Amino acid sequence: MKTRASASSNGSRTRNLFPILSRKMRGHPLVYLDNGATTQKPSSVLSAMDSFYKKSYANVHRGIHTLSEEATVAYEHAHENVADFIGASSLREIVFTRGTTDSFNMLSRMLTQTFSRGDEIIVSQAEHHSNLVPWQQLAQQKGLKLSFIPYDSRTGELHWEKLEKMISKKTKVVSLTHVSNVLGFISPLKKISKLVHDHNALLSVDAAQSVARLPINVKKMGVDFLSFSGHKMYGPTASGVLYGREDLFSSLEPAYYGGDMVREVTLNKSTWNDLPWKFEPGTPPIVEGIGLGAAVDFLRAYPLEDIFSHEKKIMAHAMNGLSSLGNITIYGPSSPEQRAGVLAFNVKHVHAHDLSSLLNEDGVAIRAGHHCAMPLMTALNIPASARASFAVYTEKSDIDALVEGVRKAQTIFK
Amino acid sequence: MNAVTDQRDFAGEGMYREHILDHYKHPRNFGEWKTCSVSHKELNPVCGDQLSFQLNMDEKGVVKDVRFSGQGCAISIASASLLSDEIKGKTIDQINALSRDTVQELLGVTLGPSRLKCAMLSLDTVKNACQIYQKYHAGGKKHGGH
Ligand SMILES: Cc1ncc(COP(=O)(O)O)c(C=O)c1O
Repeated sequence: MKTRASASSNGSRTRNLFPILSRKMRGHPLVYLDNGATTQKPSSVLSAMDSFYKKSYANVHRGIHTLSEEATVAYEHAHENVADFIGASSLREIVFTRGTTDSFNMLSRMLTQTFSRGDEIIVSQAEHHSNLVPWQQLAQQKGLKLSFIPYDSRTGELHWEKLEKMISKKTKVVSLTHVSNVLGFISPLKKISKLVHDHNALLSVDAAQSVARLPINVKKMGVDFLSFSGHKMYGPTASGVLYGREDLFSSLEPAYYGGDMVREVTLNKSTWNDLPWKFEPGTPPIVEGIGLGAAVDFLRAYPLEDIFSHEKKIMAHAMNGLSSLGNITIYGPSSPEQRAGVLAFNVKHVHAHDLSSLLNEDGVAIRAGHHCAMPLMTALNIPASARASFAVYTEKSDIDALVEGVRKAQTIFK
Repeated sequence: MNAVTDQRDFAGEGMYREHILDHYKHPRNFGEWKTCSVSHKELNPVCGDQLSFQLNMDEKGVVKDVRFSGQGCAISIASASLLSDEIKGKTIDQINALSRDTVQELLGVTLGPSRLKCAMLSLDTVKNACQIYQKYHAGGKKHGGH
């Protein structure tokens, strides 16, 4: 299972590991370029979940019977596996959630319990709604200040220098995307981390788009909290992670309550379970957690350095191919070197929806819309865009099909 | 039929037949008036497209003329253009009776669930405009259109 595979040389063999990719769409091979929304699942993840249901399924942390014990061991092992994968110290720093959105809702509630009126939260203009709306609503309820690192149209990234001027003693947390799900840029987290920590603030990172694209080490990057979804990293839906530095997690109070997260309960008082379980109330997504662990094993077989360089080659091929057609606007950094796997663009005279419908005719699946980043769309002054996003199984021929489809759309709409 | 392999043949390339492209590139009744009986704007939350309709009603509550504006995909603009011709001379009751089938008949294609949302944006906007008109002209038919 842990043999090294190579994403770049084994493109088509990688494809064979994903049963859905053999499906034909109206006679065309499926060209799946909507990996930013969700990735497809390899057989290893599907069979890990299937065999767990068939052989070891029971609730965790409850029964003193063989099945429950096996389930508990497997579920806890999945936490350890994730901890190891992102460079956390132990499973005490890994809370399983239902996805990035769930992670941010939980984190924002836990953190803002400790904030006072007038304290500041900084996010950016390019955040996915899930790293914006929870902070926005809590800021309004609690009289906190919410500030935004603006989009920089010159670079296609964020105005990083502005953060230096914005951040102050009032700033308690800076919550930023690692890879933008629209612009594809990679945030300079190391630098940001230093700046944030120099001001005694905390750094929370949205790794939804990066966790299956770039090597991540939370300690080396200096990240205090990290959120991501299993379904965007070849794992199942309703699985996700909130990483938090152990000293921070230890002092934070939970935001959600119920069974399993408690140590002792009387009618008037409760005490909390150990980390990370005090943040996992109720029956957790057990099988999804097992699937997430299997997804981590899958990613280990492809060193992320390889996936990153594979997707960069695909990116360069796509940017070249699309640009050569003319009348194409590409959003985000102009160099493929500065991007990770996400390519949003518009074709003059062709609305993204129409483009997506036409591509679908040829079996090419892309995303069209605002990508859950409406404030960024406003900054870009567009209602919507098309977005192609790549994965470990994306091949140059997939990009050729995309480019050919765009060319066809241009002739229909010219 | 197996649900997974059942590929219902929603219009694809056929969707972009000449008359849809024509209404997209040359939308009828496109523009904005300074004054009108009622105007209303709606947003398609899936894609962020927005359409705005203005209606001029006569004293009997019949649509005399219409303008629409906004941005959108070919399906939403063509639907709006076709619909703008369709509702001229119709009463609010007649407009309320229009359905998604009407819109697909006007377009001449059957759409999948996501594109249907684009197509329905115009009818939803017009119906809501009518509702607002009625609200401000209670008993509307006689006193409509001050
Ligand atoms: C950057 C980013 N953040 C957050 C999310 C939300 O993830 P989920 O819908 O799995 O909660 C997404 C995915 O849509 C994303 O791309």
